[in-house]
Amino acid sequence: MTFLQPILLATLAACGLTTVLAGLLLVAERYLVRYGTCRIDVNAGGRVLEVEGGQSLLASLMGQSIFIPSACGGRGTCAYCKLKVLEGGGPVAPTELPLLTEQEVADNVRISCQVKVRNDVRIEVPEPLLSVREYRGVVERIRDLTHDIKELRIRLVEPREIDFTAGQYVQLEAPAYGDNPEPVYRAYSMSSVPSEKAAIELILRLVPGGICTTWVFTILKEGDEVTFNGPYGGFRLSDTGSGMVWIAGGSGMAPFWSMVRHMKQQGLARPCRYFFGAVKQRDLFLVDELRQLEKELDWFTFTPALSGPTDGDEWPGERGRITEVVAKHVADGSELEAYLCGSPGMIDAAAAVLRGKGITEERTYFDKFG
Amino acid sequence: MIAETAHTAPGLALALILLSAAFTDNILLTRFLGMCPFLSISRQLRSAFGMGLAVVFVTTGTCVLNYWLYVYLLKPLEAYGVPAESLKLILFIVVIAAFVQLMEMLIERISIRLYFSLGIFLPLITVNCAILGASLFMVNNVASRGFGTLDVLVYGFGTGLGWFIAILLMAGIRHRLRNAKVPAALEGAGITLIITGIMAMAFVIFQGMIKL
Repeated sequence: MTFLQPILLATLAACGLTTVLAGLLLVAERYLVRYGTCRIDVNAGGRVLEVEGGQSLLASLMGQSIFIPSACGGRGTCAYCKLKVLEGGGPVAPTELPLLTEQEVADNVRISCQVKVRNDVRIEVPEPLLSVREYRGVVERIRDLTHDIKELRIRLVEPREIDFTAGQYVQLEAPAYGDNPEPVYRAYSMSSVPSEKAAIELILRLVPGGICTTWVFTILKEGDEVTFNGPYGGFRLSDTGSGMVWIAGGSGMAPFWSMVRHMKQQGLARPCRYFFGAVKQRDLFLVDELRQLEKELDWFTFTPALSGPTDGDEWPGERGRITEVVAKHVADGSELEAYLCGSPGMIDAAAAVLRGKGITEERTYFDKFG
Repeated sequence: MIAETAHTAPGLALALILLSAAFTDNILLTRFLGMCPFLSISRQLRSAFGMGLAVVFVTTGTCVLNYWLYVYLLKPLEAYGVPAESLKLILFIVVIAAFVQLMEMLIERISIRLYFSLGIFLPLITVNCAILGASLFMVNNVASRGFGTLDVLVYGFGTGLGWFIAILLMAGIRHRLRNAKVPAALEGAGITLIITGIMAMAFVIFQGMIKL
């Protein structure tokens, strides 16, 4: 027993002292590190958050469901969590400097995990990060566009509104059903216009054996509840104002159907030639609507092309593969931008043709179905 | 010598403790402890000043706290077989760590500017060997010279002051070095270490005059 005494006493002394110090630190933290409620103004009043001060900006935003990418978990090494802090961020800490370029420092870019919220701050968060959320909605309408393409209209329930840019997509959740054991997510571009925030429209083409499209085509009914998340994606109109060539096939119609109506609403008159490829007439859809737009908008032309019209098809329009049609109509692409949406095969072939017309890779934007 | 003079003139004894701790026994320049922050923070005079002050405050505080811990807890426990000499190493570090944390919160509260100019380096004081060194050497002095609380306070303050002076001098020299042509191979840490060596010589020279 006596040989245990020094060990017990030593342990007791060490633990006792540590406990006392830890308690002291907790008290100090309680009374010294108090900043009260701080307001975080995101994107010039776009959203105003009220948070308890003292945490890092990254952690505060996470607590408010604004998810900033971060790989290192706030240790200030990965530099993914860069944000613009316009006001209230205090001086740049030495821990941030190695991760920022001089230009970034001049632009008020900060490493958000190293910025402590001590007072009201004004920050800028890239809009796409701000609006990625999970949405619940109700199927308002399912419309047949062709024999194997449907338009799905979803009215939002919670949250009630969505902000996106024309060309972006959401991931639709197909629940477990039949042989499908667990929910899967599939990406579909919005075909509705961004100004309509309370509902979205998607265009789906039946993929034989596809889990999500089979579910939409065979099981989903109007009035059913669905879940999706987003919006995602950088497929969007550039800010340049250059003339554009749009090429799509099948459900690749969706982003362009959104973009052209968005441009009309916003009065963005930008020379734009839209080539849409299909096999037979029965694969064409929204043609009347687009023709109507073509008449209304002097900057917009719509050229549908059929690659395999049968003899019965009375088709007055363009014939041939979409790449051939584009090659015929586009003479000099050196001033143009290209936007492509469709199957990888179509996109690669079209991009090669456009390259030959002088549209460089940097000015070619695409949304590949994968 | 201290012990002798302490009987006759306590003020003089304290002055000697201060002078020897700060100059002839300069913890940085004669023992080369606390080099990491010395090298990295001496680039800027303003940061060096803040860091130096933090070290002065922390050494003074921790020396006294650790003295009490040693005299009133560890020493009495020695009678029951507790190895005070081994235990002190662990417990001193714990005390220093807690004290530095407290210090960090205080600095952040008092001056955001100072907090930012030190930034990540403040928590580094926790594992700064100069501060642990000051506490450990203090214990030696308690054993050999019979230091009391006041002596320890002055000793801790002197040790921190020595470090403070050294880093301020170095920051001043490096400030002037900015306009000097330093051979490429010696830039940064190289020239700093050489200068530290020359400074150390200047400080060590006085060792014969005041000896603890």
